[in-house]
Amino acid sequence: MTDSNNQMPDNRMTGAEIVLKALKENGVEHLFGYPGGAVLPIYDEIFQQDEIQHILVRHEQGAGHAAEGYARSTGKVGVMLVTSGPGATNAVTPLQDALMDSVPLVCLTGQVPTTLIGSDAFQECDTVGITRPCTKHNWLVKDVNELAGIIHEAFRIAQTGRPGPVVVDIPKDIQFATGTYTPKPEIAANISYQPKTQGDLKAIQAAIDLMATARRPILYTGGGVINSGPEASRLLRELVELTGFPITSTLMGLGAYPASGANWLGMLGMHGSYEANMAMHDCDVMVCIGARFDDRITGRLNAFSPNSRKVHVDIDPSSINKNVHVDIPILGDVGSVLEDMVRLWRALPKKQVKAQTEEWWQEITRWRARKSFSYKNSNDVIMPQYALQRLHELTKDRNTYITTEVGQHQMWAAQFIDFEEPNRWMTSGGLGTMGYGFPAAIGVQVAHPDALVIDVAGDASIQMCIQEMSTAIQYNLPVKIFILNNQYMGMVRQWQQLLHGNRLSNSYTEAMPDFVKLAEAYGAVGMYCDDPKELDGKIEEMIAVKKPVIFDCRVANLANCFPMIPSGKAHNEMLLPDEASDEAVANAIDAKGRQLV
Amino acid sequence: MNAHQQPTGSAYFIAPETAKAESHTLSILVNNEPGVLARVIGLFSGRGYNIESLTVSETEHEAHLSRITIVTRGTPTVLEQIKAQLERIVPVHRVVDLTVRARELGQERPIEREVALVKVVGRGEHRAEALRLADAFHAKVVDATVEHFILEITGKSSKIDQFVAVMKPLGLVEVCRTGIAAMNRGQQGM
Repeated sequence: MTDSNNQMPDNRMTGAEIVLKALKENGVEHLFGYPGGAVLPIYDEIFQQDEIQHILVRHEQGAGHAAEGYARSTGKVGVMLVTSGPGATNAVTPLQDALMDSVPLVCLTGQVPTTLIGSDAFQECDTVGITRPCTKHNWLVKDVNELAGIIHEAFRIAQTGRPGPVVVDIPKDIQFATGTYTPKPEIAANISYQPKTQGDLKAIQAAIDLMATARRPILYTGGGVINSGPEASRLLRELVELTGFPITSTLMGLGAYPASGANWLGMLGMHGSYEANMAMHDCDVMVCIGARFDDRITGRLNAFSPNSRKVHVDIDPSSINKNVHVDIPILGDVGSVLEDMVRLWRALPKKQVKAQTEEWWQEITRWRARKSFSYKNSNDVIMPQYALQRLHELTKDRNTYITTEVGQHQMWAAQFIDFEEPNRWMTSGGLGTMGYGFPAAIGVQVAHPDALVIDVAGDASIQMCIQEMSTAIQYNLPVKIFILNNQYMGMVRQWQQLLHGNRLSNSYTEAMPDFVKLAEAYGAVGMYCDDPKELDGKIEEMIAVKKPVIFDCRVANLANCFPMIPSGKAHNEMLLPDEASDEAVANAIDAKGRQLV
Repeated sequence: MNAHQQPTGSAYFIAPETAKAESHTLSILVNNEPGVLARVIGLFSGRGYNIESLTVSETEHEAHLSRITIVTRGTPTVLEQIKAQLERIVPVHRVVDLTVRARELGQERPIEREVALVKVVGRGEHRAEALRLADAFHAKVVDATVEHFILEITGKSSKIDQFVAVMKPLGLVEVCRTGIAAMNRGQQGM
């Protein structure tokens, strides 16, 4: 498969070489993957170079989530490499996860040779067909001369506009074939994809004018602020400082505004704070920045913030007016629009006076006084909330990154761990993928080798991708898994209590592994704690270990996650912890709400 | 129909849609590349939108552009969402709601035409009647033996519906319709 000349021109090379060269040109330093028959030529090239480090995972799903964690903690594109057939199908969950949470991800898949496509060959599947609905775009490469251009375009599409996952499916004969390498073009050739980043100034001015008249304003921000880059977070802080508006955020947006900030109301939504949800319900002007009015946020749509005028800043036109009608849509990149907003607010002829929002702040103070995240602590058992409070206290002054799995522990982590900076919090929001947190933590640790990376996990979720412990050991990634072990799928159990007469169908984890021995079996460190008095010492011990740790933290089995907006209810119908008697919990959701999720 | 019964797949309680569903014709200019049609129709099935009619063909060979015409049904909000979702597809260049455009131009509807081939088998009086009616509808005979005709008819969908209905008792064997091709009146392009 080489040219007859001994000396190949610089830009002539095999498809596999093109892949590596294109990855390097796009700034890739780490690659998460798993080899197989249809990607062997690319693996052979990986072997013969050392600019790009390949991290060998133990399951392709782990490669995807690790690449997601890498991307979310750095702002760079995450890259994964898998083989054809099962390699590609195992990548589907992280692809959909990245699509829903807008994570830039490039997934390279091997494919059977072009001559065998359609013949039901060994390890063949219709990768572009399967991944079409779970990617932003995908390609099947049929000509080696197009390979470099497609990879460059893949990186452009993954990270521009609303970021998302892309798949490049490369048949094995294309990897072997010799073709021409084309460098990354200065200006993209594809004219049908040109995302708009500058917001319409007239719309921004209208938004600023509306904000200046607000008596009960609120800023509702989301993952878009973080995706836009650190400058967007800085500008958001400046806007809050200038306007004095209260601010809440979705699960995905935590850290864009510091939790220690005076105007912070905490997270909103189903398990968000009372003050954030009440303020959303009663506001007169809502400014949504980089969030998408998800159903976990809005509660009952026809009772959602009934008396407000709404501004929505989003880079994705399909997010605007999708679930909630907005009065002033602004299409553009959050960072760019925030810059205009800050400038136009400064230029307002008549400054808004503090007195205008004073009553509103007094009301917010009353809501805050309800202390909606409060819980009854115990001297005998570790309350899950207490465990996370202690974990936060003992790690907050370090260079810490937190990932989570999905369930009660995820919501408690969002409630009790405060984030001061963006890109420090990695969680599966849209898709709600159990098994996300541990491989994501591995990706974060690869990007930040000296940081303290903790996966807050549940005893059920952690078992979904536990095999990646082997990866953590192989690459000396001292990730800490902090399991809030209540022996239940806690969130499932909580919903069964709320909705199904407390019939706990299949939500109890029987045959639980011994997590300490499990850690030791992999060569990691296992720890156990069931005594609140020993917790601090054990957490400090965990932090000091320079190896991966599984921390089996035994917590109260039947604790529920409150506050909560039950299904079919509005923001001002929250169930608060001090009101959540057994009877209230049993009757919280009526027959109609029971049919919902 | 799914689209307006459960908008956007929200898992929460959603008020029943009160706005009225209407039929709109969309013109979509796309790169003529493998899989582009699958992306468009996958969007419709995946998000529960309707397709009442679909036509697609390459229209600009040099530029590798194809034009897809879709007739869909939904409330104004859903139709706006369909357009935004279509525009998000990477190889989609432009999406024009021809029905909305026609209204902006002060017209009732865009020009919408369909071609149908209709096979009719029969002898004697039925055969003569079929031919008379074909003439009245300006349908052309494109193939014939002593026992059958294939008739080609062009027009609005309602005209074709009617033609098919009158041919039924006269020995109608099969019908093939192209779906709607559409364009706005006036000198401006899409």
